[in-house]
Amino acid sequence: MASRKRLLVTLIAIVSSFAATIAVSSEPTGLIIVANERNDTLSILTSEHEVVEHMETCSRPRGMHFSADRSEFFVACADDDQIAIYDTKSRKLLRRIRGVPAPETFDLHPDGRRLIVSNEEDAAASVYDVETGELLAEYETGEEPEGVQVTADGRLVFVASEAANLVHVIDLENDEVIADILVDTRPRRFALTPDQKELWVSAELAGTINIIDVQTLKLTDDITFLPTGFRPEQVTPVDVIMTKDGQRGYVALGRANHVAVVDVPSRSIEKYILVGKRAWGLTLTGDEKRLYVANGLSDDVTIIDTESLAAITTVPVGLVPYGTLIDDL
Amino acid sequence: MIFRLFVLASLVLFNESLAAQEEVRIVYLGIDGDTYYEPQVSYTGLSLKDRLRPIDGARLGMKGTRVLGRALGLSFELDEQILPPEESVLAAAQKAQKDGAVALLLDLPETEMQEILSSDLEGLLLFNIRHRKNLWRGKECVANLLHTLPSQSMLTDALAQHLRFQNWPKILLLHGDTEADVTEADAIVASAQKFGLDVVAREEFQLTNDPRRRDFSNIRLMTGKHDYDVIWIADENGEFGRYVPFATAKPRPIVGSEGLTANAWHWTLERYGAPQLNQRFRRKSKRNMSSEDWASWAAVKAVLAAVTEAGSGNKEDILRAIRSPDLIVDLYKGLRGSFRSWNGQLRQPILLASHNAVISLAPFDGFEHQRDQQDTLGVDEPETLCVL
Repeated sequence: MASRKRLLVTLIAIVSSFAATIAVSSEPTGLIIVANERNDTLSILTSEHEVVEHMETCSRPRGMHFSADRSEFFVACADDDQIAIYDTKSRKLLRRIRGVPAPETFDLHPDGRRLIVSNEEDAAASVYDVETGELLAEYETGEEPEGVQVTADGRLVFVASEAANLVHVIDLENDEVIADILVDTRPRRFALTPDQKELWVSAELAGTINIIDVQTLKLTDDITFLPTGFRPEQVTPVDVIMTKDGQRGYVALGRANHVAVVDVPSRSIEKYILVGKRAWGLTLTGDEKRLYVANGLSDDVTIIDTESLAAITTVPVGLVPYGTLIDDL
Repeated sequence: MIFRLFVLASLVLFNESLAAQEEVRIVYLGIDGDTYYEPQVSYTGLSLKDRLRPIDGARLGMKGTRVLGRALGLSFELDEQILPPEESVLAAAQKAQKDGAVALLLDLPETEMQEILSSDLEGLLLFNIRHRKNLWRGKECVANLLHTLPSQSMLTDALAQHLRFQNWPKILLLHGDTEADVTEADAIVASAQKFGLDVVAREEFQLTNDPRRRDFSNIRLMTGKHDYDVIWIADENGEFGRYVPFATAKPRPIVGSEGLTANAWHWTLERYGAPQLNQRFRRKSKRNMSSEDWASWAAVKAVLAAVTEAGSGNKEDILRAIRSPDLIVDLYKGLRGSFRSWNGQLRQPILLASHNAVISLAPFDGFEHQRDQQDTLGVDEPETLCVL
């Protein structure tokens, strides 16, 4: 353990000096990358909703993330146990982290170097070095870990176990799981309020968002969703995101085919927006004026105008889109 | 679920003595050499429908309970009791009750099952993971008995909904002469009536090459007389049914024992987390997960969900939680699982599948129910013959 920690410290030191030497990343491409889980492709969209490319990638691509400077992006490929790393501008494959068992989602540590991955098949969360691909640490979770969220200070990691109805809290500094928090049925994804005080967790089968107080690690409230005309069991929230000012949250309601718009301070539901079938992945553009929704069972992406809270258009992509990534900052 | 607030977020104390932990014990009861699991060899030594003991399902359900136990301050144990044939199953069940087991998974033949159900095992949850017959969900129901395998009526109702949905209302029903096939044919007729389908003809087939009895054995003759949309076969043995597809007088689809079948589970289900469950099972057991494997897995999952809800190993609390209409068991079939108060049957979607694909899931959109759409499948509260 001690040697691993020493290694980390060294790594962080290297990263900081490394980060200082690279120039600010070149102009963003403005493109939207969609991971299509079922036909192993990435669809590339322009901000004018035009599909410019369907590029092949590894098997069953799901979670995606930019590197700290956005010059690279990572794609988790569940069926061939790897994380593929692409150059953002050229979309050329740069390298792979292999032997990552069935990765689903992941988060990048604020140090830009550590990638924390949930290994769905292995009931574990693992930490990899994005530069070397080295496995730095591994933590036991419940069955089918899914959502991963690192706090802004880089101290804590939250991992949701879908099958065990638990949120695990990992203390990275002390290298241990410090709490297992029981939540509602089938926890999937997280959002942290920008002040880092509240952790929102979607519980897919319960149709709720559980709110956890980060300080005490206790459940303090929940929000239940029910768009008009739906039965509670049809409402299966998955992705949840928040605006940078912490005022508004968006929740993809899965089989209820809607996105819920939530006023974060009052925790009240402002509106339900009709989207495609089984909405999962949500991404906001940098200016937060548009929301991209990946509809897994209608093979398309719905683009929402966040001022009028209405869908602008829906664009067909590949088979079973899982989520999107937007290069616009 | 705010009422759970105070139980949440138990801090993990890895060094705490394990001896202090309360144990939640689930007993799996079976009989060694049970003829039900002997190879079902048909003519020429072919094995068409082998049955395998679904204990692997229960084992898979237990996987990961260490971490759940870590959160709850409990420990979980699966006590596998496969008894030698000369030993009494009742004595084993009574011992489990005395030793404080929470649940008993019954993998027993009908006679032994009846023996257990006729005795008083109060406070012990009994799970039927093997039998589809309606009887134990009806007239001969028992208060502490829960069924995770769907009943025969749920399965035939699911297929009937599919035929209604496809607008194939006219059925030619072919069934064997065994008691099981006749009972199933009755269930098919009842489901057809429930969903407004028309059984144009109900014909009994026989396994014979006797030319004088060809009206009962010749597939072209049996399927050429009537005007129908679909053939529904009740043939548990399968020896007749497997020759019917592609051999009928009219080009019509086949459902029931052949063609499109109704199942609790299927190894090709692609949604609701099912691929993960199927992959985990396959990796562990080197075979595909059967409906019975799933039912035994679901029984363990239901106990775990109830223990989580109860927040302790207290048996009374667990019994109350498992019977609660608010229980949510994650069935990996897209809808919330809970037990029907009137007969202990697990509410669940039914998978309609061909040999290599799930074609659809029942309940179908459009079949509504005042309480839970899943209650459109199987015997509903007003019709139940079960008096608890």
